[in-house]
Amino acid sequence: MTEGQGWRLSIGARCAIPVYALLGLGFLAPLLAIIGFSFATPRGFDAFRTFTLANYAEILNPANTVWTSFVWSLLLAGLTVALLTVVAYPIAYGLARVFGRWSGLVSVLFVFPLFVSENIRLYGWVLFFIKAGVLDGTMKSLGLPGGPDFLYTPAATLFGMVYVYLPFMLFPMTLGLSTVPGDLIEAARDMGASRLQIWREIELPLAMPGILIGMLLTFVLAVGAVAESKILGGQSIIVITHDIEIAFTYAQNWPLGSALAVLLMLVVGALTLAGIARLDLDRILGRR
Amino acid sequence: MEAPARRRSDVFIWGWAIFVLVVVYLPIVCGALASVGKSRYFRFPVQQYSFEWWQRTFDSIEIGQLVRTSLKMAAAVTILSVVIAFFGALAYARYDWKGRRFYQKLVLLPIFFPQPVMGLALLLWFNAIGLTLSWHTAVFAHMVWIVPVVTLVMAIQMYGFDPALEEAAFDLGATRLQVLREVTLPVLWPGIWSGALFAFLLSWGNFPLSLYTTGPDTSVPEWLYAKMVAGYTPMVPALGTMATIAAATLLLAGGLLLRLRRRRAEP
Repeated sequence: MTEGQGWRLSIGARCAIPVYALLGLGFLAPLLAIIGFSFATPRGFDAFRTFTLANYAEILNPANTVWTSFVWSLLLAGLTVALLTVVAYPIAYGLARVFGRWSGLVSVLFVFPLFVSENIRLYGWVLFFIKAGVLDGTMKSLGLPGGPDFLYTPAATLFGMVYVYLPFMLFPMTLGLSTVPGDLIEAARDMGASRLQIWREIELPLAMPGILIGMLLTFVLAVGAVAESKILGGQSIIVITHDIEIAFTYAQNWPLGSALAVLLMLVVGALTLAGIARLDLDRILGRR
Repeated sequence: MEAPARRRSDVFIWGWAIFVLVVVYLPIVCGALASVGKSRYFRFPVQQYSFEWWQRTFDSIEIGQLVRTSLKMAAAVTILSVVIAFFGALAYARYDWKGRRFYQKLVLLPIFFPQPVMGLALLLWFNAIGLTLSWHTAVFAHMVWIVPVVTLVMAIQMYGFDPALEEAAFDLGATRLQVLREVTLPVLWPGIWSGALFAFLLSWGNFPLSLYTTGPDTSVPEWLYAKMVAGYTPMVPALGTMATIAAATLLLAGGLLLRLRRRRAEP
C-alpha cells in the first residue's frame, strides 16, 4: 500500500479480506457494542446515546456480591490450568516421543470429544455420579455403601472444567514438545546429562511456548465457562458468565451485563494479548 | 543402563494415556447405558434393556425437526467457512505480506475467547442492529469461531506446500485459475478436507454459541440442554448418543476417504 504500488493490495492481503470482514462484523463489532452498552443507563437499551458509569459503580459497590462470582471463576480457572498441566504433560510427551505410529490414533481419540456437545458429555457425568447412577449402582451391587455425594459441589464443577478443557491443553503442549529436536536430547544424554537435567535445561525451555499457549488457552476458556457449574455443579456456585447471562436474560439489564462482560473481557484480553504478542506462529505451526 | 528406566517411564506414559482416555469416554458410555434402559428414570445396573427410547426418539417429529435444523446449520457453516478459511489460510501460511504477523495473531483471538461470552455479545449485537434471530444468525455466530479454527487447520497443511510447484506451472504458461485448479487445490486437498470435517463437526456439536443466537429455532444440543435442566426423559441420552455416533461415523468415513485419496496420490 505504499505510494509506488498505488492502492493495489498484495495478494496475501487480498486473501485475508474475507477473514478480516468476518472478524470485523462478528467479533470486533459485538465487543464494541458490549462496551457501548456498558456505559448506557441501567436497565435501558439506548447504547451510545447516554454515558454513565452507574453500571460499573453498581458492580464495585461492596453491597453487591457479584465479586464472589469473579473470584470463583478466576480460582476455578487457575486450578483447572494447574491440574491440566499435570494431567496433560505425560500424554503430550507420549504423543511427541513415545507413541510413534500410534500417536495419530491417540490424537484422534483425544480430539473426538470436541465434536460431541459439551453438555452431552457433562450430562454423562451426571448419570455416572448421581444416586442410583453408574458409580453408586456399581458400588451397591458390590456390597459397598454406595457412591460419594460428589455431584452438585464446587469440586464437581472443577472436575467438569478439567474434563472439558483437556484437549485445549494437550494439543498446544504436544506442538511445543514436538519442536524439541530428538538429536539434542540424545546429545545431552551422551554427554552425561541426567534425565532431570535434560528435562529442566532442554525439554522444558524449548517446549515452553507451546506449554504457555496451552495454559493461556485453558485459562481464558475456563474463566468464561458456565455449562460445568450449571450441569455438574448444580449452581452450588455461580460463575461470572452465569451472572452475565442472568443480566442479559431474566433480569433484562443489558447495561449491567455488558459492564460485567467488559470486566471479564479485560482479564481475557490482557492475558491473551500479552501471551500471543511475542509468539512466533510460523515456527510453532510450520516447524520451520 | 538407561534402558530399563526408559521402559518404565514409557509404560507409565502409555498407562496414564489409556487411563485418561477411559475417563474421557466414560460419560459417553454412561449416556449410552441410560438410553437403552426400559424404565423412565435411569437406574444402574439397568434392569431391562430395550431400544424403546431409541425408537421413540427416531419416530419423534419434533426431534426430526431439530436434526434438520442442526444439519442445515452445519452444512451452511461448512461451505462458507471452508471458502473463507481457504483464502484465510493462504494469507496465513502461503504468502509473505506486510501485515501478516498482525493478521496471524488476530485470527487467534476468537479462539482465545470464552464462547458463552461471545454468544451473549453476538446476541446483543444482533439486537442492536435489528436482526431477527434464527438459525441464519447462528450460522454467522458459529463462523466467528469456526473460521479461525479451520484457517489454522488448513494453514498447518499449507506450511508444507512448495511454492515452486506453482511457479513452475506459471512458467509453463498456465493461467492463475488453471494453477489454482490443477496445482494448488490438489496438493492442498487433504487440508481442505480436514478443515471441512472440523467445520461440520464443530458446528454440529456447538452449544454455547447456538444457545443465544438461534432465536426461536432450536438445534440438537440446545434441545438436549433444555431437557436436562427440566423434563428429563431417556430420549435425552438416546438423542445424545445418536448425535455422538453420527459424529464418529462421519469422522471415520472422512478419515478413511482422506487416507484412500492419499494412497492413490502416492503410488
